[in-house]
Amino acid sequence: MLAVSHLSKAFGAQRAVDDVSFGVDRGRIVGLLGPNGAGKTTTVSMIAGLVRPDGGEVLIDGRALAGDTDPLKRRLGLVPQDLALYEELSAAENLHLFGALYGMSRAETAIALTSALAFVGLTERARDRVSTFSGGMKRRLNLAAGLLHDPPILLLDEPTVGVDPQSRNAIFDNLEALRRQGKALLYTTHYMEEAERLCDRIVIIDHGRVVADDTLRGLYARLPSTNRLTIELDGGDRDFAVDDLRRLPGVRSAELARDVLTVGLDDVSAGAPAVLQWLSGTGRRCTHLASERGNLETVFLALTGRSLRDA
Amino acid sequence: MNVRAIVALVRKDLRIFFGDRRAVLLSFAAPIVIASFFGFLFSGSSDKAVASRIPIEIANHDSSAISANLVQALTADASLAVTTATDAAIKDAVRQGRIAVGIMIPPGFGEAAGRAFFSAQAKPTLDLLYDPSRGAEVGMVRGILTGQVMQTVSQEMFSGQTGRTMIDQAIQRLDRDSGLSAADRTSLRALLESARHWYRRADAGPSAGRVHGLSIPYTVAERAITARRNVAYNGFAHAFAGMSTQFVLFASLEVGLGILLERQRGLWKRLRSAPLSKSALLAARTASGALIAIMTYAVSFAFGMLVFHIRIEGSAVGFVAIIVSCSLMTAAFGLLIAALGRTPQAARGVSVFGLLLMVMLGGAWVPTFLFPPWLQTVTLIIPVRWAVDGLEAMTWRGLGFGSAVAPTLVLLGFAALFGGLAIARFRWEED
Repeated sequence: MLAVSHLSKAFGAQRAVDDVSFGVDRGRIVGLLGPNGAGKTTTVSMIAGLVRPDGGEVLIDGRALAGDTDPLKRRLGLVPQDLALYEELSAAENLHLFGALYGMSRAETAIALTSALAFVGLTERARDRVSTFSGGMKRRLNLAAGLLHDPPILLLDEPTVGVDPQSRNAIFDNLEALRRQGKALLYTTHYMEEAERLCDRIVIIDHGRVVADDTLRGLYARLPSTNRLTIELDGGDRDFAVDDLRRLPGVRSAELARDVLTVGLDDVSAGAPAVLQWLSGTGRRCTHLASERGNLETVFLALTGRSLRDA
Repeated sequence: MNVRAIVALVRKDLRIFFGDRRAVLLSFAAPIVIASFFGFLFSGSSDKAVASRIPIEIANHDSSAISANLVQALTADASLAVTTATDAAIKDAVRQGRIAVGIMIPPGFGEAAGRAFFSAQAKPTLDLLYDPSRGAEVGMVRGILTGQVMQTVSQEMFSGQTGRTMIDQAIQRLDRDSGLSAADRTSLRALLESARHWYRRADAGPSAGRVHGLSIPYTVAERAITARRNVAYNGFAHAFAGMSTQFVLFASLEVGLGILLERQRGLWKRLRSAPLSKSALLAARTASGALIAIMTYAVSFAFGMLVFHIRIEGSAVGFVAIIVSCSLMTAAFGLLIAALGRTPQAARGVSVFGLLLMVMLGGAWVPTFLFPPWLQTVTLIIPVRWAVDGLEAMTWRGLGFGSAVAPTLVLLGFAALFGGLAIARFRWEED
């Protein structure tokens, strides 16, 4: 439905997007995950026709956009990162305007806005000025504005920035409903939790380049271990060789630092007993044990050598 | 072009404009209030009875009839408000700006002026203290004073006691003057005796030999040239033309800043993502800006017409053409601000400075005829000048449509120039 192929864009000497390719199919949510400044918004802007790419192409239903007035633009719905709403107008007035921009008649818009406002739970506030809305309500209206003309492809650029957990969950529910309706959603975020919860496929982007494009399971499979066992040891004076631990079956990594042993395992149910048994043989006593599953943070760390939060 | 989208965008802009009632009131009321104020200041008056008099003070240290008559004549002048004061009081009053001019008549002024009238003897000096910031009033007082001194001194010399004494003294000096030839002495005696005879006739009856002194040998019939003979000059027409244009320009600033604000708030991105041409987006902005400008003109002039009796004495079509072309010019100027500005905050300061310069040099505050000649020529490159002059031509000057053509075309030219520059420099790409 949406195919991005070898997309590139530079602003002066800085390459914002470098040879980016991915696709979004019908009924799927694809996450574009990366730190701030990774090139996510520029990529979305090129897909929406707001920025002319230096190279590559964007195909919507197999066809490239041909200019500002190309009716193919109606196949796209943009939900920008900013709250792109006129605060001085009511919710209904905003939607009437956006309907007119997409060539919808007043009657068509009236039907569509009723449906869009109901979808995001703002029917009761249709006549109220947007300036009186909470941050979460504005975000939901922002989503409704992008959905109004019923586009099959939705471009969502960090649509949950600055909202409370309740509104965020409401937006997630909306997006999952849209997926069920068969829409193709491209979702940019720098929150790994959002990508983990929502996305069928995740494209990790850093410094303008795609560093991974896979399902969540596929990304985890790239980790040196999918589970991490953290063992705090007593301060005993008996030393031991960590290399011996690394040789145990199912152990992918082992590090000892300041009486804290970190062990990477493929399978925690099989690996953890073996590690503990080996540890008791060394004479050191375990004072605390914690098990942690691998996540996108660790994936990003493994792929780029940097933390997603610090990048 | 998507007309429905353009109409929706224009409607949105108008809705936002009218949504802020305080701002609307300010947009419409501010030009009216300031134009009314300037109108009162610069309206002038065809009614001489209510014309404001120039305040002057006089200290008369001379006891002669000439000086007394001079003070009396100045007091009677319709253009002056004369009071008498001491030298020190006059100096203080001028320094504090309470009066424009103070006149100090020195002792012996009348006698010395009489002697100087018929001979090349030393002329007496009148001390004139003046406020240098009120040059126009000083010039006017100087002119009136010259006329009144000439009239008073000559009147006294030809009919007053001072004149008789002077003639008697001259005849006595003639007999003692051995430097004159006999023929010259005879001729001069005949002249002076004739003058003495003139005085005696004047003494014989009130109607004989009456002399009013020298006066300006002409009178001036003044007639203000306005639209028609019975149409008085209405200074409010200039004030409303100037102030409306100024506030319309400030409204255009808001249009420009509005676009920058939309860009900052991500709205421009949403608008650009719709299947709309760039020209449609700019046309909508231009249309809404021009409509707001036209409404500002309409409200201001409607008030001026109702309250201050401003009339379109010239071509109504020309009046509308100038307003529409000026509104388009200001809307295009708003686009230019949006094209050149990076952020609303940065653009505001520079734009306000530019606008103030434009309205000041364009004659929106004070008429351009008060400018030096070179500046009057230079200001032809300012669109405001054409708008104000054009609106004045269509109101109190009562000129026909022909006189609206040049301002209209020039304003449309400026609109095209500003619009073209805006399109060329507009940042379309969103990152």
